[in-house]
Amino acid sequence: MDGQPKLRPGGSKLTHIPGAGVIARVDPWWGLVILVAVLIVILVTAKADPFRNILLFVRHGIVITVFITAMAFMLTLLLGLIGGLGRLSRNRFIYGVATLYVEIVRGIPLLVQLIWWYFAFPVVIQTVGEWLNFSAMANYHANPIFTAIAAFTICYGAYMSEIYRAGIQSIPKGQMEAARSLGMTHFQSMRHVVLPQAFRVVLPPIGNEFIALLKDSSLVSVVAVADLTRRGREFMAVNFNPIEVWTMVALIYLVMTLFSARGVAWIEKKTHIEK
Amino acid sequence: MEPIIHIENIHKHFGMVHALRGVSLDVHKGEVVVIIGPSGSGKSTLLRCINRLEEYDDGEIVVDNIPLDSAQNINTVRREIGMVFQSFNLFTHLTVMENLTLAQRVVRKRQKNESQKIALNLLAKVGISEKAQAYPVQLSGGQQQRVAIARALAMDPKIMLFDEPTSALDPEMIKEVLDVMLALTKEGMTMVVVSHEMGFAHAAANRMILMDEGQIIDEATPEKFFASSNERTKLFLSKVLHM
Repeated sequence: MDGQPKLRPGGSKLTHIPGAGVIARVDPWWGLVILVAVLIVILVTAKADPFRNILLFVRHGIVITVFITAMAFMLTLLLGLIGGLGRLSRNRFIYGVATLYVEIVRGIPLLVQLIWWYFAFPVVIQTVGEWLNFSAMANYHANPIFTAIAAFTICYGAYMSEIYRAGIQSIPKGQMEAARSLGMTHFQSMRHVVLPQAFRVVLPPIGNEFIALLKDSSLVSVVAVADLTRRGREFMAVNFNPIEVWTMVALIYLVMTLFSARGVAWIEKKTHIEK
Repeated sequence: MEPIIHIENIHKHFGMVHALRGVSLDVHKGEVVVIIGPSGSGKSTLLRCINRLEEYDDGEIVVDNIPLDSAQNINTVRREIGMVFQSFNLFTHLTVMENLTLAQRVVRKRQKNESQKIALNLLAKVGISEKAQAYPVQLSGGQQQRVAIARALAMDPKIMLFDEPTSALDPEMIKEVLDVMLALTKEGMTMVVVSHEMGFAHAAANRMILMDEGQIIDEATPEKFFASSNERTKLFLSKVLHM
């Protein structure tokens, strides 16, 4: 980061390719997103039965998938930050709790976690409720969508903690020292100096996590949430056309993940600082 | 007169290494103290103890009548002390202007306009007004260090600490930084400087200190110091002056 502060005159210009115009700077990989989108449109218009019917049938599932992914991702960003700061804490209790959380969650398959929160956790609550004679808990029933969001947040929060930790640790110690020597508190230094720089470092892996989460959200179909995958399965169970259904579902996931990847690349470019 | 920095019998360990072995030093207002010594002698550690970037194991430091004992006192003292580092440590994600205004606004609670006015005056003083909107990476090492000095001055410090401010610079950039430091001494700034720039020491220092193995070995005015009869001082000077 502060490895090459000695730029020669005009040195900073080296990152600009001479003669590179506006067209060259448009990210060419948007073409792939458009290609897949066009493919879906062609299938739906050229062969409305079954492709248009599939699309209409899974439509609501797409909304569920996007909703679960978006909610879980936003909560993950927050939980990951807390976990990451906890992993860097000099307070041994906070460090211990954060480390325990990361180690346990990382060691259990996501599908098993999801099933546990969906089938085992409510029974725990109900049993405790009966024991305490507390009817609100004894009659607890899991809301499938919220349970799914919570399960994804807890699981992905652990991975995100490690990403944040690595990002914060990648910022040279001198940045924090300079901020502290100006009289800023530890919190102010983190907030104004370290985290804004760490955020740029972790943006690519965070983008990765978002895309992984979008795909992993298909696991909720196992616990009876009517997401895109589940709706695809339901359609196939009635019409017995696996090739068309799963090709369509795959294309819809693909267009969403490719689009997300471009979005991340765009944010990365916007927040980039020449180093 | 009360010293503005009072250091008494400071001890500091890094694991097994006894980095500071009972250092005592008083610095008075307006004084310029230059500390020299071989690497590993504890001079940077001593400097970093003064604004508590380094914790010490034993002893006492009082800055401007405030003892460095509570977190609140440490933050108060840090506000009064400007620090300049060997590796500049400019905030890389902020422009030069933002580097100068951030702490003014967050710590000194100054308004945006006021902090920018102060920043522009200081940038003019260190001779890089035209770079206000540049990012640190777009500046030369000498320019970055001058911005770092301006950033520290923006907090109106009573004391400035310099930790080998020219060691990371190309030879042709050293002078521009030393000139800014020299101008500061003329304004009566209290300064503690760790540096092997003997020309600067000769021109600016009121007192010179040689440290070795975590202790102060010799201490004198520059005239007496350069003519010192202390064997350790003579040996070290012969090395830095290539005599």
